[in-house]
Amino acid sequence: MWWYAARRILQTIPVILGSTLLIYALVFLRPGDPIRAIFGDKPVSDSVIEQVRAQYNFDQPFLLQWLLFLKGAITLDFGQSFTGRDVSDLVAEAFPVTIKLALMALVIEAVLGIVAGTIAGLRKGKLFDSTMLVTSLLVIAVPIFVFGFVMQLIFGVKLGWFPPTVGGNTSFYNLLLPAIVLALVSFAYIVRLTRTSVAGNLTADHVRTARAKGLSEGVVVRRHVLRNSLIPTVTFLGADLGALMAGAIVTEGIFNIPGIGNLAFNAIKRGETPTIVSVVTIMVLVYVLTSLIVDLLYAWLDPRIRYA
Amino acid sequence: MSLQPLLEVRDLDVSFYSDKKAIPAVRGANLTVYPGQTVAIVGESGSGKSTTAHAIIGLLPGTGKIVGGEIIFDGKDIAHSSKKGFQALRGDQIGLVPQDPMTNLNPLWRVGDQIKEALVANDIAKGSDADRRVLALLEEAGLGDVERRARQYPHEFSGGMRQRALIAMGLAARPKLLIADEPTSALDVTVQKQILDHLDGLTDELGTAVLLITHDLGLAAERADHIVVMYRGSIVESGPALEILKNPEHPYTRRLVSSAPSIASQRLSSVKAREEVRQQAVQTAGEIAAEIATAEGVVGKGENEIIVVDGLTKVFMLPGDRPWRKTELRAVDDVSFSLRRGTTTAIVGESGSGKSTVARMVLGLLKPTAGTVLFDGYDTAQLKGKRQMALRRQMQPVFQNPYASLDPMYSIYKSIEEPLETHKIGSAKEREAKVRDLLDKVSLPTSLMRRYPNELSGGQRQRVAIARALALEPEVVVLDEAVSALDVLVQAQILELLNDLQAEMGLSYLFITHDLAVVRQIADDVLVMQNGKVVEAASVNEVFDNPGESYTRRLLDAIPGRDLLTTA
Amino acid sequence: MPKPTLPGQERYVAPIDETPLAAVDSVQVDEAPASQWKEAWKQLRKNPMFWVSSVLLTILTIIIIAPGLFTNADPRFCELSNSLGPAEAGHPFGFDKQGCDVWARTLYGARASVAVGVLTTLVVALLGGLTGALAGFKGGLSDTFISRVSDIFFAIPLLLAAIVCLSAVNNWFPDRGFWGGVLAVVAALGLFGWPQITRIMRGSVLEVKNYEFVDAARAIGASNQRNLWRHIVPNAISPVIVTSTVSLGIFIVAEATLSFLGLGLPFSVVSWGNDISSAQELVRSGTSLNVMFVPVTALVLTVLSFILLGDSVRDALDPKARKR
Repeated sequence: MWWYAARRILQTIPVILGSTLLIYALVFLRPGDPIRAIFGDKPVSDSVIEQVRAQYNFDQPFLLQWLLFLKGAITLDFGQSFTGRDVSDLVAEAFPVTIKLALMALVIEAVLGIVAGTIAGLRKGKLFDSTMLVTSLLVIAVPIFVFGFVMQLIFGVKLGWFPPTVGGNTSFYNLLLPAIVLALVSFAYIVRLTRTSVAGNLTADHVRTARAKGLSEGVVVRRHVLRNSLIPTVTFLGADLGALMAGAIVTEGIFNIPGIGNLAFNAIKRGETPTIVSVVTIMVLVYVLTSLIVDLLYAWLDPRIRYA
Repeated sequence: MSLQPLLEVRDLDVSFYSDKKAIPAVRGANLTVYPGQTVAIVGESGSGKSTTAHAIIGLLPGTGKIVGGEIIFDGKDIAHSSKKGFQALRGDQIGLVPQDPMTNLNPLWRVGDQIKEALVANDIAKGSDADRRVLALLEEAGLGDVERRARQYPHEFSGGMRQRALIAMGLAARPKLLIADEPTSALDVTVQKQILDHLDGLTDELGTAVLLITHDLGLAAERADHIVVMYRGSIVESGPALEILKNPEHPYTRRLVSSAPSIASQRLSSVKAREEVRQQAVQTAGEIAAEIATAEGVVGKGENEIIVVDGLTKVFMLPGDRPWRKTELRAVDDVSFSLRRGTTTAIVGESGSGKSTVARMVLGLLKPTAGTVLFDGYDTAQLKGKRQMALRRQMQPVFQNPYASLDPMYSIYKSIEEPLETHKIGSAKEREAKVRDLLDKVSLPTSLMRRYPNELSGGQRQRVAIARALALEPEVVVLDEAVSALDVLVQAQILELLNDLQAEMGLSYLFITHDLAVVRQIADDVLVMQNGKVVEAASVNEVFDNPGESYTRRLLDAIPGRDLLTTA
Repeated sequence: MPKPTLPGQERYVAPIDETPLAAVDSVQVDEAPASQWKEAWKQLRKNPMFWVSSVLLTILTIIIIAPGLFTNADPRFCELSNSLGPAEAGHPFGFDKQGCDVWARTLYGARASVAVGVLTTLVVALLGGLTGALAGFKGGLSDTFISRVSDIFFAIPLLLAAIVCLSAVNNWFPDRGFWGGVLAVVAALGLFGWPQITRIMRGSVLEVKNYEFVDAARAIGASNQRNLWRHIVPNAISPVIVTSTVSLGIFIVAEATLSFLGLGLPFSVVSWGNDISSAQELVRSGTSLNVMFVPVTALVLTVLSFILLGDSVRDALDPKARKR
């Protein structure tokens, strides 16, 4: 078990290094001088430009820039944004908001998705199942921002149940509508995933054996169908937190939430290397960490792989 | 006798529904089980024996439904019981020991907890009382070190241990009737015997009636008082066990009795016929050898011993408990034997004995760690390029699983033609003629050429696999459990076919099997393997009549029904 | 000591003519031969989902080839005087803010959206299929290398990666025309989309590689190349086909989302994504839902068709659903 965990943790190191390098390269290859972009049309002296260039390590070769970034990142020093604030401060402000939003979405999709998927799987072919299938397909087919607009219009503007935009007040209530929007797509996948594995597990040999023991249907479903069916769902949920944070770029834009998605989006538009790379690194870290946790959780859920 | 039957099945009809069409699976089945008795239902796959059993316990899969008849259990008709009604019966009235120990335990729960469930659900015991009962049950099922075992998960158990756990589970609530659905067919023969002996003892002691479902007539006759033979959904014959075995009246039962390897091997009816076949094969083989010795372009010196294996060893490196440590697994340890031209050498062993690894190394599919394989005087490891291709032509495999040994995307024609095409033999026309000829040889209609493997039965696929192996006119065919997955009658047919082909073409067979019973029907020499080593090597008669090793004797004793016809 | 026979257990032999003892191993020769794909087709034909999606996709294909069949209006002919004009003869869904015909723009917009979907799927399937097959078949170092590299690409969320890529491309070529725009989106989504297919293909090849027919082919003397391409890949490819069909729809949605963020296709290209994105202001201000409704419906129907097609193909290929 411990060796398995150790190997799994070791494997994440090249992923983190590789993905930051990849993003660094993509941003670095961008044409145009980012320093000029900071000052816009303002006239500045060459010496100032050189100074700023040195400050952002833009005068160093590409690989060295990346290494310097890594060195800083280890001490949580991500450098400064072009507006002169520490990136780590910007992230520290925005990250909790997005994490809150993403976790709310995760809970919503997990609870509703598992419940709906289980019922659909137990009643395969019945009305509820068909309804859930059609609903989930529709949700996957409609772009998330369309949902965002429509729900904002209906529940925010028309009905006034929720504030249409969030702004500075990121309370639970204010974030609820965006969280639902963010959760929708993954909800659809979870319903489908859970349904398939519940329906598949219902016909498993060991479930028949459990029935043969004289267990009541409720006990059979709870102990022998559900737990076995939830393994793929949990795997999906683990990988999904990272995706939710990326999806927050759209949701945060629509509902004007000062989260990390907004920060990233604006930084990308301005070409702010330090901010982009920092945000992407954080998202990759979140992804890598959650899939690590899920893999270890897996060992708890499924005793077969404990000694792998 | 005023004894009341425990279970009476009367005119039972079961159908499965697909696209609203009813497909009958059981038709008009009748059977009676008295308290404490063991009754066996014998039949091949698709005979409806398992369906009958599942109908009795109310666990018909999917679209299965009882459409007619009665199931009277303890005086009440339960055929149309509600879900709740069956739930009350299961466990403490009717128990089940299922077929496949690998899939019938929930991998996510401790074994002890899974047995405890049965106690709690049937109100036998609760809490720590139930825990104590679990330990007693495990001990009763023949498991040692029960406290540790109860806390373990199914994957930490071997197949035999899992089956014991399933037996403990099936008997936990002391049912009056235990349905044992092929309880040991997934296990090695020696384990099978132990477990069945144990189950017998237990049910005798508890007075439990057993309904034993099996494909093995020998096993049924050995274990049951009364036998019911099913064929294609109907009961063709039933009666007292020994009477059925000695005196089968229905033609199907007769075929079953004469084909069952466990019983057939006891009757040396065709020793003379076999000897003739053998003579002929050796003669043909001799002619081929003479040809080879003079011909060019073929690997071979025309030796009498076509394959000589010397000191063959295979060591697998497995990941150990630390990433940098590897554990050695000696799958094959210093195995030597030879295969005479035109004869059959069988390698017999249980799972993990290394017999299939030997076959793969002989075929050149796996590199040996040490040792040599000489094919007609040439070291196969030294052959390169063209000569290696020539060697491939002369040694062909037939594998166990008829569902995996043919590419499902290839038509039967393409499957058999592929070896010819790979070796660029003949024109398209000649190849087609050859394929027709081969199909004819394995007794399949040529109309089959355009069909695909998924349309064929297991036996037919195995015939196609044999045709493919023969396409290149090999001298040696390696049969790796080639008949193990087949039903008895089909198995007998394939063995017969193999015998005929050997005589006709002078083939030499390396016959890998776990089933000592079929060995007598096909082999000349036998190699018994255990844990990678050869424990006994002798002629087939010596092994059967005068086994030198205790392990061989144990294997022989484990053949079900072996003594029935001689002693009774 | 033989026990007395109990009632109900008397010797019974079925009348022989009642159970015809047919040849144990006879072949049914009266049915048409069926390969795996033909069997799948048989299943497909019975599935209404398959027919709904096929009809929709056929209509879509006609629209892409000849959008002029359905409208006489020019999607690029826009007059501000028509801004937000209601439906009229020849303009069944009215006009958008710029005064362009909504129906015509939706019809012509299909090309860009479907082009992105189809091309991205091809790129991803090829790249992922090849790397996955290689990793699964070769094993060892190739496998480790491919797996680790795909891990890296997989770790960066697709949408985020595409945004970074496209913002770089935007800076290089601000206006890149129809194909330039489409290819940029395809490259961005393809570059980060392949690892999913790699994983699926790798797993599938690993499974097929162990089948006995592969060993049988090796024993015949078939080369590794032949084995891989003739036996393993054809048997391993079906999950890739299924996933690709479904993700084709997902890529179309992704393009719309990127366009919504202003990073997808250039504004000069007529596409659903651009139309939906430019209609967002109208929805926000509550001016008109109609302008957004038409392209959204087109997009949803298209994506649904691909997902339904993928689903029905999976059901048809699922061995559990078919008889042995």
